Amino acid sequence: MTKGQAISLQKNDGGSLTAVRMGLGWQAAPRRGLFGSRTREIDLDASAVLFADKQPVDVVFFRHLVSDDGSVRHTGDNLVGGVGQGGDDEAILVDLARVPVHIDQIVFTVNSFTGQTFQEVQNAFCRLVDETNGQELARYTLAGGGQYTAQIMAKVHRAGQGWSMTALGNPANGRTFQDLMPAILPVL
Amino acid sequence: MTAELVRGQNHPLSQARLEIRISAGTPIVAVAALGDENGRIHGVEWVAHPGAPTQPGLEVSRQAAADHRLAVDLDAVPEAVHRVSVLLALPVGGTGPVRFGAVAAPFVAVTGLGGDEVASYTITGLEAESAVVALELYRRQDAWKVRAVGQGYAGGLAELLTDQGLPQAHQLAGTVSEAVAQGLARSVQAPPPRTADGDRSRQTAAPALGPDQGGTAPQPGPVPPVSPYGGQTPGGPGQPAPQQPYPGTAPDPSAVTQPSAPTAGGPIDYSHPRRQNAAPPPPPPTAPPAAPGQPAQPVAGDATGWSMEERLYNQVWGMFEDLARTTAAYRSAVDFAESRMDKELEQVLSDPRSRIGGQGDAAREAARARHTQLVTQAREALDRDLTQLAAEADVVEPALPPAYARWDNPAWHAYRVPMEIPMALRLGDLHLPEADRIRIPMLVRLPLERGLWIDSGAAGASDGSFTDSHTMSRLAMETAVAHAARLLAVYPAGEFTVHVIDPAGSGAQPLAPLVQTGVLAAPPALGAAGVADVLGRLTQRVDLVQMAIRGGAADSLPPGFDTSQQLLIVNDFPHGFDDRAVNQLRYLADEGPAFGVHLMMVADREESSGYGPLLDPLWRSLLRLTPVADDHLADPWVGHAWTYEPSLVPPGSQVLQQVLAQVAAARTKFT
Repeated sequence: MTKGQAISLQKNDGGSLTAVRMGLGWQAAPRRGLFGSRTREIDLDASAVLFADKQPVDVVFFRHLVSDDGSVRHTGDNLVGGVGQGGDDEAILVDLARVPVHIDQIVFTVNSFTGQTFQEVQNAFCRLVDETNGQELARYTLAGGGQYTAQIMAKVHRAGQGWSMTALGNPANGRTFQDLMPAILPVL
Repeated sequence: MTAELVRGQNHPLSQARLEIRISAGTPIVAVAALGDENGRIHGVEWVAHPGAPTQPGLEVSRQAAADHRLAVDLDAVPEAVHRVSVLLALPVGGTGPVRFGAVAAPFVAVTGLGGDEVASYTITGLEAESAVVALELYRRQDAWKVRAVGQGYAGGLAELLTDQGLPQAHQLAGTVSEAVAQGLARSVQAPPPRTADGDRSRQTAAPALGPDQGGTAPQPGPVPPVSPYGGQTPGGPGQPAPQQPYPGTAPDPSAVTQPSAPTAGGPIDYSHPRRQNAAPPPPPPTAPPAAPGQPAQPVAGDATGWSMEERLYNQVWGMFEDLARTTAAYRSAVDFAESRMDKELEQVLSDPRSRIGGQGDAAREAARARHTQLVTQAREALDRDLTQLAAEADVVEPALPPAYARWDNPAWHAYRVPMEIPMALRLGDLHLPEADRIRIPMLVRLPLERGLWIDSGAAGASDGSFTDSHTMSRLAMETAVAHAARLLAVYPAGEFTVHVIDPAGSGAQPLAPLVQTGVLAAPPALGAAGVADVLGRLTQRVDLVQMAIRGGAADSLPPGFDTSQQLLIVNDFPHGFDDRAVNQLRYLADEGPAFGVHLMMVADREESSGYGPLLDPLWRSLLRLTPVADDHLADPWVGHAWTYEPSLVPPGSQVLQQVLAQVAAARTKFT
């Protein structure tokens, strides 16, 4: 799908999606220097911000791994990335059926905590997966993505009785999700 | 990174000293065999098996188990050896399965000594086979590699060993099954599973005759389990049935699991003394599949854990978290609905148009309707979760063992002095105003990590009722006695000692159950002299243990030293305390918990306010509990204020006296 395109998370048979996962993967920095210890690790972070009528209500990120209501769960902070073979190094799971009634949008973001721009990061991607069948709903390649340290990736929002997802892919700059708030608000 | 091997795949090994971890859903026999460059096993001395568990460079378990750890040292195997095969076989002659097709696919992992996994392999696709070559470690040009083999044999170990060129294959297979059968007889046995032919009994040490057990004469009833751990395991005539969710006494986990606990007397037992069973526990009771559109029926023990006790503990904590989170969702939604309504109403006020006609009223009405609608939705979501949690609580509460159960639970009437310390203790109930009907047992781990403070301060209770200070002191002391009695009851005989300081004797009435049954170490200490004496002895005890442990000579404690956990109940603090006693008390609060000495202060903090901030660290180090319902405890996830109610004996019930009488009787036997 392309930027700005919205897809409904209703299944064809009328049942709606119950769980989505945002996955983030990247390749660890190559070893450098004589001893390999001077490598500059790359730490990307995935976050999810829960909004009720454009007001942030809760945030799931590496310092708050589970939303208070338990519906959004971060699998844990990865500080260095993986082997770059396509697996998710960080993931955020959303149980849509348990999202509190007043939450109407969930925005997913990616930040470079260590400050490297996406141009310097190898094999970085983020994606949104239908957790019930493993089907990929959206995927962005972050690597080589220009002089940005963050991306507003996608939002999942209520539509009728179910949920829809809109792919955003807006580049931004910031170290954590707090820095991104000004960039998030326009897309709500 | 772990290489997950598929059949036939190989992977280089960089270490010579390896551990092979095997897990299967059922007890299996693990054998390691050495082969020459043609893969031939030269003789029985090249096979490590339960009857001969160590061979040069190899070590295997002495008996069948669902989990194995084999040690392999490739540097120590004879020069002529080019191959080490790891073989798995189902025990013959038991009541267990006779073909690998009937059990979960065995999982084999090669790890370094540090536990880092090098390669793993799940042996799938087995059917009628009862023995299988799982892995081969083989030498190629002076480097070792591992290969996933997965070759199965329907003819069992004998056929497998024959295939590997061992001349005495049948003989050795017989030796192995004999050793396994003996191993089974030495370990605590799971009562036989109920099978269609329910009268068939478990075989004992008799040599296995065949997978169909045709040669074994049926014996009357199950064989009494023989404990390999001396008298520590509950066994013998009182062995509880496994169907009971929680055996009457603290259970030896191995008593309810597969007969696979490693026995004492093996080469070296690295297993934790209290975690003897390497075998996975029987699968937890899971909720039966739900009818479409209906939530699943809750089942007690539907959580992870190695024993029913641990599962119930995890289930209770899971319920606690679920209730905290679903309430957080509800409160967050209601807050939002209210703030949105306020904002909308304000807008109506500031909008000049609303002053004309009924527009303002209509807008206000709309704002209120939106609020009501959202709150109703949120309440529906909460009620849906609460209904489910209440149903779960209804099945969990009756299944709780005494340590977790309310005093009115029949588990306490069936009380017997336990043989083991339970995982946790119920200190009371927790609930939230939104879910008044759901009481979460407040379970804390044992041994206690911090002391307790039963607050006798005459604060207004959360329900607004005011209790006068005299009544409050009595209630606080009754609460303290209920907690102390529970601690005494759930510890094995002689492993928990309670001291009481009651300087003015004001706690005599509530203390009566403890005093009259004779479960205290000594009568409650009275007056300043009594305070000094008890504190002096406990301080000395902490000093002694501390010195012994810090000096690395924990075994140099004086003979006859009482190693039990100590609880000191202090009533009416600071009455009867001089400066020296206060300092000793602070020392016990700081250093005691690490050395098995805990405080239970029954006190009103105001009464010791004369000491100023000196005592602040003391109060902070204690877990504050109240004798009446009070919302002062926060959960670790969201931080709601939970209303705590102590676990008290129902009025008129004699259960406390009955339990303490048993404790006292067991102590007399013990000493």
